[in-house]
Amino acid sequence: MINFLIKGILRDRTKSLIPICVITIGVSITVFMAGFVKGVMSDFVSTTAKLDSGHLKIMTKPYYENKDQIPNDLAILNLSMLTRTLDSSFPNLKWVPRIKFGGILDVPDKNGETILQGPGIGLGIHLFDKSKGELARLSINKSLIRGSIPNSPDEIILSESFSRKLKVNPGDLVTYFGATMEGSMVFESFKMSGTVNFGNPVLDKSTFIIDFNEAQKILDMENGTGELLGFFNNDIYDDVSSLKIEKSFNASYENSSDEFAPIMVSLRNQNDLGSTIDLINTFSSIFIFIFVLAMSMVLWNTGLIGGLRRFQEFGIRLAIGESKRHVYFSLLIESFFIGLIGSSIGTFLGVSFCYYMQENGIDISAALENSAIIFPSVLKAEVTPDLFYIGFIPGLLSMVFGSSLSGRGIFRRNTANLFKELEV
Amino acid sequence: MSNTPIIELKNLSKSYPVAGKSFYALKDVSISFKKAEFTGVVGPSGSGKTTLLNIIGSLDSPSSGTALVLNNNISELTHSQAAKLRNHHIGFIFQVFNLLPVYTVYENVEFALLLQNFSAEKRKKMVLEALEWVGLQDHKDKKPDKLSGGESQRVAIARAMVKSPKILLADEPTANLDAENAHSILKTMKTLNKELDTTFIFSTHDEKVMKYLSRTIVLKDGKIDKERANKSRT
Ligand SMILES: Nc1ncnc2c1ncn2[C@@H]1O[C@H](COP(=O)(O)OP(=O)(O)O)[C@@H](O)[C@H]1O
Ligand SMILES: [Mg+2]
Repeated sequence: MINFLIKGILRDRTKSLIPICVITIGVSITVFMAGFVKGVMSDFVSTTAKLDSGHLKIMTKPYYENKDQIPNDLAILNLSMLTRTLDSSFPNLKWVPRIKFGGILDVPDKNGETILQGPGIGLGIHLFDKSKGELARLSINKSLIRGSIPNSPDEIILSESFSRKLKVNPGDLVTYFGATMEGSMVFESFKMSGTVNFGNPVLDKSTFIIDFNEAQKILDMENGTGELLGFFNNDIYDDVSSLKIEKSFNASYENSSDEFAPIMVSLRNQNDLGSTIDLINTFSSIFIFIFVLAMSMVLWNTGLIGGLRRFQEFGIRLAIGESKRHVYFSLLIESFFIGLIGSSIGTFLGVSFCYYMQENGIDISAALENSAIIFPSVLKAEVTPDLFYIGFIPGLLSMVFGSSLSGRGIFRRNTANLFKELEV
Repeated sequence: MSNTPIIELKNLSKSYPVAGKSFYALKDVSISFKKAEFTGVVGPSGSGKTTLLNIIGSLDSPSSGTALVLNNNISELTHSQAAKLRNHHIGFIFQVFNLLPVYTVYENVEFALLLQNFSAEKRKKMVLEALEWVGLQDHKDKKPDKLSGGESQRVAIARAMVKSPKILLADEPTANLDAENAHSILKTMKTLNKELDTTFIFSTHDEKVMKYLSRTIVLKDGKIDKERANKSRT
């Protein structure tokens, strides 16, 4: 009997091919959308973390409150001791200091006369201390457009667009004009070693990068830093434990009388990132829910359309002596397997496409040219374990659900009526 | 033995609610059928023929009265008991749509045997034999859409008869056939009726069928109008 029914399914496209296609399409789109939203989301989080927020960030309280002004006069000044404490308290995190500072880059001619100048944001990061991993974290090698990474502290990298604006090329000299943390004037010459493009509109505008130690030196910030960024050792942002760490760290300074006491802020709590994440997650859940609903409706309809053709089959089977229950259950089992096949293929396709999009991605940098938030300019999908059931289960259920409803509709009729319908 | 009725209908009525009132498709029908009868239920369209056959075949149940089929009271059977009764003892042939389009002739006939526990070997023997009865051995691997109307009805006969049922119910089996095919099908059924002692009950309003019948029951507006025995044929 089972063989017989399987033969029937395979030979009748309305029973097999069409519903399988519907499920496959529905499931693969669901899976892909989920993976895509996830990918963009986590790329967004990890880009933000790497370029700006860290998984956690420590500043002094007043610095944090005025962070938009980059107030280095309010910087952390006991960096080495703080880092040591952090290393022992939170062994699963790595801490790297970064100094952000404003100023003007000036391009002189041979006589020292200004040719061009423009305001920029400086970034002091560890360029030479491999253990800090900053080159890799900011993927400076990959982002390099022209020239090379600095070899000595007196070298500087500019963002590609900033260098174009200033019309400087690798090897040219630029002078930084700015102020120390105490407010005295600084001017310091650097040799431009190369340019980078982070693929990030905010950073790509007018950033320049020098070595962290050099920044400390020229800004008079011995043993100090503006920001101290923490990264989980596995490089994956963990919302729950970062909040826990944030809480315990801040608790230890709760009663501190030091007005420059440090404060730790998790990625979620920086720049309203948390609500952005939550919003996107909510939207994607709603989207998936609606999609599953629509797929169920389509499948249900496919079942009903097949219904009239199946009246004939059911009628004959009943006349031959199959019981209603047997016919009904065979319909359910049949749709279970159809659902299984469609969902498997759909999941496979969806995950494959996600994988492709994880490795490649869509470049949207043109659309983001003037964007003010840090957002990845290449949208990527991400293959996560939940992709394997997020489309699979609804695909399976909606098929079984659809045919159980249409099957019930047929079975509520009197058996004899199944035949009368056929008489036409 | 052959004189005890295998189907007994007593004061059988079937009504449907139509526009708030009961409409009687069958009204107070009392009649019985004996083993190996070859009987026609004759009457114009709407006279209740299909309803009568469906009740005898346990596809439908009466509104009042009793229908005893092979000692089973149709009104009292559960769905699965009714299914079992059909499976073992009753064959059906309908006017149209008898065959499942995706299956071959062979498979359509075999289908009737799958619910019973015959071995594959036994099934094969039975199916081939049934196809031989109706002269379609050579068409066993064809799909129904490659068959003529007459051939399709022959396959339907083979499927209904393959399990050698006690009762065969045929609802206007020749209605869609030309004279030649109708006659040939009737002859086949008559032969099987004699060889297997199956009780045949037809519904028909086809004049061509009449002369084959050994007994004719005329239905009119759900009631038995008259009944006659045809002695003429051998
Ligand atoms: N489910 C139903 N609801 C209402 N009326 C019905 C139903 N089934 C059959 N009838 C009516 O019962 C009468 C007898 O039908 P039927 O047994 O099919 O007649 P026949 O087969 O002789 O043409 C017809 O008038 C038909 O309209
Ligand atoms: Mg009829």
